[in-house]
Amino acid sequence: MYEALVADLKTARADRTIGRAATRVNQEFPGTRSLFTSTARKAKKLKPPFKESVIKANKKWSNIEVWQAMKITSQDLTPGFYATALDGRYTVDQGFVRQDENRQIYVKLFWRTMLISATVMGLCLLLGYPVAYLLATLPLRASNLLMIMVLLPFWTSLLVRTTAWIAILQSQGVINDLMVFVGITADDARFSLIYNMTGTIIAMTHILLPFMILPLYSVMKTIPPSYMRAARSLGATPTMAFIKVYMPQTIPGIGAGGLLVFILAIGYYITPALVGGQDGQLISNMIAYHMQKSLNWSLAAALGGILLAGVLVLYWAYDKVIGIDNMKLG
Amino acid sequence: MAKLPPYTSTGEYIWHYVYRSICGLIFLFLIMPIIVVLPLSFNVEPYFSFTKGMLNFDPTAYSLRWYEDILRNGMKAPDAPFDWAWLADTWNNGQWIRAIRNSFFIGICATLLSTALGTLAAIGLSRSEMPYRRLVMSILISPMIVPLIITAAGMFYFYSQVHLSQTYLGVIMAHAVLGTPFVIITVTATLVGFDKSLVRASQSLGAGAVTTFRKVQMPLIIPGVISGGLFAFITSFDEVVAVLFLASPEQRTIPRQMWSGIREQISPTILAVATLLVILSIILLTVLELLRRRSERLRGITSS
Repeated sequence: MYEALVADLKTARADRTIGRAATRVNQEFPGTRSLFTSTARKAKKLKPPFKESVIKANKKWSNIEVWQAMKITSQDLTPGFYATALDGRYTVDQGFVRQDENRQIYVKLFWRTMLISATVMGLCLLLGYPVAYLLATLPLRASNLLMIMVLLPFWTSLLVRTTAWIAILQSQGVINDLMVFVGITADDARFSLIYNMTGTIIAMTHILLPFMILPLYSVMKTIPPSYMRAARSLGATPTMAFIKVYMPQTIPGIGAGGLLVFILAIGYYITPALVGGQDGQLISNMIAYHMQKSLNWSLAAALGGILLAGVLVLYWAYDKVIGIDNMKLG
Repeated sequence: MAKLPPYTSTGEYIWHYVYRSICGLIFLFLIMPIIVVLPLSFNVEPYFSFTKGMLNFDPTAYSLRWYEDILRNGMKAPDAPFDWAWLADTWNNGQWIRAIRNSFFIGICATLLSTALGTLAAIGLSRSEMPYRRLVMSILISPMIVPLIITAAGMFYFYSQVHLSQTYLGVIMAHAVLGTPFVIITVTATLVGFDKSLVRASQSLGAGAVTTFRKVQMPLIIPGVISGGLFAFITSFDEVVAVLFLASPEQRTIPRQMWSGIREQISPTILAVATLLVILSIILLTVLELLRRRSERLRGITSS
């Protein structure tokens, strides 16, 4: 067995594939890359009995986990990257094993992505509902005019809006200058509104708000105003009439807008990358990192696969509840 | 402002105005980024913030230097006298000019491709004898829903194998894929109001399928086709993730240039470009609104 290893290392070094093989095993069992390259360098000088001389060359060869990692990587198909993407390791004898506490990053990131998306969805609903109601109840001429204020950001480039938010939220930006001017905060204690999670949430809420307002508006426009008057004339207070009569009829709009915003938010990449800083990053940014920086494409694909599965489930739900054919633009 | 009915109580009066002010604030939130970008792009200083002079409306605090920078950036001899050679220099070497040229070239090609494909798909999908309609429809719409990063990464794997990455054709195809769903949705929406008996009438009068499509169907759905095309164009014009993965520096588009501008050297040139893009989107929005009105008139729905 050790003899075969030495022969393999020799040929791998000769045709220069040792680096790739070592990187691949290293992804499965960190800290083994140099083991392979250094032993391959020494492979020519190693003499039988191979077992002793290989282990003498590097003690790590006596570790069974190295061999198990090699076994896993020799397969064409492996669940290993999905295991990594879920903060675990795939081993030969035990199957799926959880990673140590301090090395679990991906599951946390998935949760954070969900949390940020849910927050953005909630904020969009909170801000979008009153505006949609106003647009639906105003006379057509006035609401068409106000509609421009919703559609213009919708049609403006994403990069333009993100840039604008950098100008507004940065520490020398408009909001902070205004706060200092009014006297809410001292000049040397400016709020850090950008390059963190706050920045991501504010900018994403702004960008996705029209996706909430438009479906809400199209549902609200179909509700006859006489229903509210009828409720009032039957003795309901305005609040009562609104909650019991109006709100239930807008649920399809809430569902459509909320689901759409959530689906779009969960895969967001550009805005978090530009205004997110460290703790405002989403799962897409991690995928991009593994695609472009660490070049661990298989892990990127595994993370993407999990994200895609989640989005497809939501998409399916959207299709069932609202129907793709009913999607409207502007 | 709508008149309140006479039976409104004092509490309701107050609530009415509080509600209006809340809505006003939300509208401010929506429009603020666009309002802030406009004056900042005329800043004389290379910062992203308002200077004292700007707030006092001092004319010397405003300048067009960042608009000039759009032309000058990347030129071989930016300080040469203004003549044909200068213009040729900026046309060939200006970084932003190249990005603008690329954006329009890629955008227009991708729009033509996705409008043609999307219209055909929508017409096919609107026919009742089409099998697996719902499934095909949701697959065709999916590029709009699936996270861009996944689509872009997948295209990168695939296009690299067939040697399409880092070419204009690859970027155009990627943008056409992303724009097609918008065309399908808008054309499907216009086809809902389309009277099928018109096709039968035309065919019974001796017109072939192609003539029927060109002379009867197309004129009626053209507003939907054009607005879908506009959506496809703005999608391509605004797209950066696919460009990040698929394009070489040769194919840099405006958003790609802005992306590296924001990440590397922040200069108000980006804001000047942003202002121009806002103007472009206002134009597109106006065209779309005119089309919508025309479509409503054609279908006999009067808008007040």
